[in-house]
Amino acid sequence: MTDSGHSELSDVEVRMRALESILTEKGYIDPAAVDAIVEAYETRIGPRNGAKVVAKAWADEGFAQALREDATTAVADMGFGGRQGEHLNVAENTPDEHNMVVCTLCSCYPWPLLGLPPVWYKSAPYRSRAVMEPRSVLADFGVTLPETTRIRVWDSTAELRHLVIPMRPNGTDGWSADELASLVTRDSMIGTGLALDPDKVTR
Amino acid sequence: MDGVHDMGGMMNFGPVVTEADEPTFHAEWERRSFGVTLAASATGLWNLDMSRSARESLPPAVYLSSSYFEIWMRGLEALLLKSGLVTDEDLAAGRAVTPALPVERGLTPERVWPSTQAGTPSERPALTPARFAVGDHVVTRNIHPHGHTRLPRYARGKLGEVESVHGAHVFPDAHAAGLGEAPQWLYTVRFTGVELWGDDADPRLVTSIEAWESYLSAA
Repeated sequence: MTDSGHSELSDVEVRMRALESILTEKGYIDPAAVDAIVEAYETRIGPRNGAKVVAKAWADEGFAQALREDATTAVADMGFGGRQGEHLNVAENTPDEHNMVVCTLCSCYPWPLLGLPPVWYKSAPYRSRAVMEPRSVLADFGVTLPETTRIRVWDSTAELRHLVIPMRPNGTDGWSADELASLVTRDSMIGTGLALDPDKVTR
Repeated sequence: MDGVHDMGGMMNFGPVVTEADEPTFHAEWERRSFGVTLAASATGLWNLDMSRSARESLPPAVYLSSSYFEIWMRGLEALLLKSGLVTDEDLAAGRAVTPALPVERGLTPERVWPSTQAGTPSERPALTPARFAVGDHVVTRNIHPHGHTRLPRYARGKLGEVESVHGAHVFPDAHAAGLGEAPQWLYTVRFTGVELWGDDADPRLVTSIEAWESYLSAA
């Protein structure tokens, strides 16, 4: 799982073009459908979806409770769900416990809420270390938790996808849902980061 | 299969390296690898578990030295060859040189968004009562199947506790082998770090997996 060098990239490019040509010539796929799939994940599906869910959970205790009871249904009511998010669970960070999500076997990730996973999430260093030494992984992200904080790692081994609800930062009373969502980073919903400091965000 | 894809607890891969403002794809061929894989799966000739099995069945050295979307491309080639949709002759020529097989299903551009939103739920009606309940102590089985499994090596033969029960779900070990959906009850099972990694482990670490019922024995 290394980064591709330039010469390797060319080989892969040729091979992928040939494969798509064969499938198109044989009538198995429609390249316009491939375009539409790519477009959906580049423009319509990404971590801003998850940030809206987190912001709503912070602002609305009734919604937070609905998420705990049945996250799949709760986010469906916001229009989110489907491929690689058919079954959803939320894990809420507290002062006592920090949650972190990994897929040691492949790359399972809540696509409808976070989009496609970043390269590091799919990489050998993250997949190998997250379940065994999460504190040292967090250090790679510049995150240090108090020694007393428990760490809960979720290894995504089934079609149940996990979203971390980071702690709501202090000093955000009265913020609107959009303003709250601006504090929610992708990494904070994986558990390798925290929500942003409100003093560092322009309202 | 006890393959190199089963990475939990392996060592010496180095630090986690992140990329600021990372794009969804880094090259056009990555877009095509992703999109073509999803479009081709609409033929219905293989399922998600077979796709995962194809990727993790790549030779270990290839798996470890390939980028993520290259693994997808190679996994797709394997599925296409196995299904007969594409032949070695086609791949060698880089174009279609053998006749196409009839396929009943395909993906039109209009169906892309509806199918994305629908997904493929894995929950099925339960045919038996759940054997375990929240709070039960369980031991994961010590299994080493040659085929696909979703029980990671590091979590085999370990004492854990059932944290939640998720209904019956398609069983990947059977589904990947073409043996049907064979749904089983699915549980979130939590383990202490010390149980998984020994006395030197972080005493405040808890790790969980989702485990199908046949992965578990009563403790």
